Formats: sequence, structure tokens, C-alpha cells
Amino acid sequence: MNAYLLEIGQALLALLLAPGLVGFVRWLKARLQNRRGAPVWLPYFELRKLFGKEVVMSNNASWLFRVAPYIVFTSALAVTFLIPLLAAPLPFDNVGDLLVVVYLLLLGTFFLALAGLDPGTAFGGMGSSREMTVAALSEPTIALAIFGLALGAGSTNLGRIVTATLANPGVAISPGHLMAFAALFIVSLAETGRLPVDNPSTHLELTMIHEAMILEYSGRYLALIEWASWLKLVIFFTLLANLFIPWGLAATLTPVALAVAVLTLILKLVLLGLIVAVVETRIAKLRLFRVPELLGMSFVLALLAVTSSFLLK
Amino acid sequence: MPALFQKIFKTGLVTETLGPDDDEIIQLVHAVDQKTKHLLGRALAIRDVDAGSCNGCEIEITGLTSPVYDSERFGIHFVASPRHADLLLVTGPVTRNMEIPLRKTYEATPAPKLVVAVGDCAKTCGVFKGSYAVAGSVDKFVPVDVFVPGCPPEPADILRGILAALDRMPRK
Repeated sequence: MNAYLLEIGQALLALLLAPGLVGFVRWLKARLQNRRGAPVWLPYFELRKLFGKEVVMSNNASWLFRVAPYIVFTSALAVTFLIPLLAAPLPFDNVGDLLVVVYLLLLGTFFLALAGLDPGTAFGGMGSSREMTVAALSEPTIALAIFGLALGAGSTNLGRIVTATLANPGVAISPGHLMAFAALFIVSLAETGRLPVDNPSTHLELTMIHEAMILEYSGRYLALIEWASWLKLVIFFTLLANLFIPWGLAATLTPVALAVAVLTLILKLVLLGLIVAVVETRIAKLRLFRVPELLGMSFVLALLAVTSSFLLK
Repeated sequence: MPALFQKIFKTGLVTETLGPDDDEIIQLVHAVDQKTKHLLGRALAIRDVDAGSCNGCEIEITGLTSPVYDSERFGIHFVASPRHADLLLVTGPVTRNMEIPLRKTYEATPAPKLVVAVGDCAKTCGVFKGSYAVAGSVDKFVPVDVFVPGCPPEPADILRGILAALDRMPRK
């Protein structure tokens, strides 16, 4: 029973942390540009504002346009039940493994791309086509990078992967793990729409990917899509932090262990946010035709990770 | 790469504090209702509409996002679509060709919404007054909440104009 409460608790925690994490990355980036920057809690106010606003819809929009934000949001929310945010193993580990996580994320991307096409605007279609290009190149890498870990653990079950790493700490610095981490990090940047693949603060129609698909959304629909995309950042950061460096996760459901788990999770998210902010300050956006090269490189890294964990097994 | 971050740390914060409006040049046309102020006060998205300006005002508006004026510290940022916007920043006299796009942009913005007209041209049509290409001032086509005079106005004045609409002007 307690384990199921924990599942609900960790989904709520991810929902609450998501705007804060994005606000923190934005604030850090502002400081690195020598600006004062928006307060860290600004995204919470943005959500409140968007939920309180009217919805304006295009005359050409169909039912798909109305349904897509809910699918995008719930598919991201469903993933938070399946990944080890606070504790491992979880009762829902038996409901869905790594493959379910990857394809739930892809389901959201798919419906968002359809919603971009639906109102028939030029930029929406352009954004959808770009998003699908990036998704098609990055989705196999996510699965393959985590397969590198799954080979060592002998299971694609995320909880099992975590317990295997905890039981045998040496594997965390094995070449397989390190290469898989690098591969997943690059793909995380692409999937969450960050530099060098997409620019989260762009307003130039010709450079947008994620933003171009949601240009027609307003009010609560926009709030749901934004929240889902922020949630995706938490999901990828959690996969990076807790699958590769699982220390801090609660093994038993005592209040102390859970408090430690929450604190270490926040610390890991802050550290990864710091890395992303510094990377985004240093690098420029890649030309769209160079993006497949970067994602191809991350795929090769993931493939090498799988090969090395297979050989060193 | 270390050189870049060394420079960042050596420079420090360059954002200037925004002083109060000295000469009372910002003209608030009508007080914005409490509910709108409450909803938009902390986080505001702006869509810039160039209704036919000479781009002098646009250059000053670009300054808003610079590290010196940094509109983001007030939670104000620019967006790519009127559907995401809460405030329209309209510049220039409305030309005949931009009359319908301006109305359409206003209709595409979800309520509650505000309009800030930037520059002398937006109010009086300026030097373009009487031209065959000009349809009239901004308030003839959309309800304006604040006028920011100046040819062009300073970025700080534009920022004060936006904050005046939200009742967040710096205190004297």
C-alpha cells in the first residue's frame, strides 16, 4: 500500500519540481549573460497565468487539436510513475520497463507533431517535420543507451537496473556506463528541445522546433504542453542521475530514507541544470543539417556502450 | 573556453535599476482592472506588432532584452505568437496595409490582454500624418491601455510603460 502511495507522491513531486528546474536553468543562464534574470519561481506564475486565460482556437482546428495537449501531458505524467525518482524497486516496475518509458515519450511527441500539423499553418508543419526528424534519430539512442545498462543487470526493468548497480558499485565507472551516459546526455538535450539542437528561448520562426509546433496553442492547452515539456526535462535528468548514479535512492520506505532521496534528487537535478546552463552558454545552435551528425555520434556511443558491456560481462 | 567564463565573472551584473518616471511622460489611458493585473502581474508575454513604424522604436524595443535593461527580471518576455501573448506592443502609425493584420493580431490574442502603444507615431502619426499610406493612429483600431511617447522612446521608458499598465511602476 505504502509503495503505491510513494508512486503517487513521486509523480506529484516531479510535477511540482518541473517548473522550478526550468526556472533555475533560466536564472543561471541569465546570470551567465550578466543579467539579473527572472526569479526561479517565474514558471509557476506562468502556469497560473496560462490556466487563467481564455483559449483562442483556429477555425481549421479539429478535435485532434483539443485532445493532443491532454495526451502529451498524461503520457509524460505516466512516465513519472515508471522511472526511479525516489525509490527502487517500485511496484510499477512490473507494469512497464524501459521500452514502455521510451515509447510513452514517443507517443507524446507523435501527438504533438500531429497537433502541429492540424491547424494547417506553415510554421506548425515545419516544426512537426523537424521534430519527427530529431525524434526518429534520438529515440533509438535512448533505448540503446539504457540497453547498455540493461545488459549488465540482465533485465530491461529500470528498478532491477538500479539495484544491480547498487549491488555492484564498480560498474558505475565501467566504460559501458560512461559511454551510455554521454550518449543519453546528448539525446536528452535533443529530446527536451535545448541547445545545440533547439533553442528554448528562440522567437525566430526559422530556428524553432518545439516552439513552432505549439504556436497555435493558447490558455490552458499551452499550459499543459509547456508543463509536459518541462516534465520531460525532469524525466531525462532523473534517468541520467538515478540510472547511472543511483546512490541516494531509498531502498526501504522509511521517512528518513525518503527525505534523503528527495534531497539527493534535488541536488542531482541542480547539478545537471548547472551543466546544461554552462553548456548552453558556451555553444551555439547547430545548423539543422548538422543535427543528424551529432545524434548519429550519440547513437554510435550508445552502440559502443552496449558492445563494451557485452564484452566485459 | 576559460577565457569566456573569466570574462563573465569579471564583468558581473550589468543590469541597471529602473528609476521612477521623472517627468510623468507615461500616459495611462485607463486603469487596468484588478483581476487582469493580478493574473498578468508576475508573468507577462509580449508580442511586438510593427504596424508601420520606421523601425526606430523596434531598435529601442530590442534593447529591452539586453543585459542592461533586462525586462526578464520583471517576468516580462517576448513570444513568437499572438496566441501566447498577454500584451501587444504596437509601434508606428497604422498603415493601410497593416490595419487588418493589427486587428487580426488583437483578435488572436487570448483575453485578458493589454495594448501598449510605443512612440509618438502610435499616438499622433508623427511625421507620417496625412500620408496617403497611413490609416490612422493605433487607438483608432485597437483599445490602447498605455501610450509611451518619444521619437523613439528610451528602452527604460518602454519598460515603465509596460509596468504602468500592470501597476508595478517603481516608487518615487
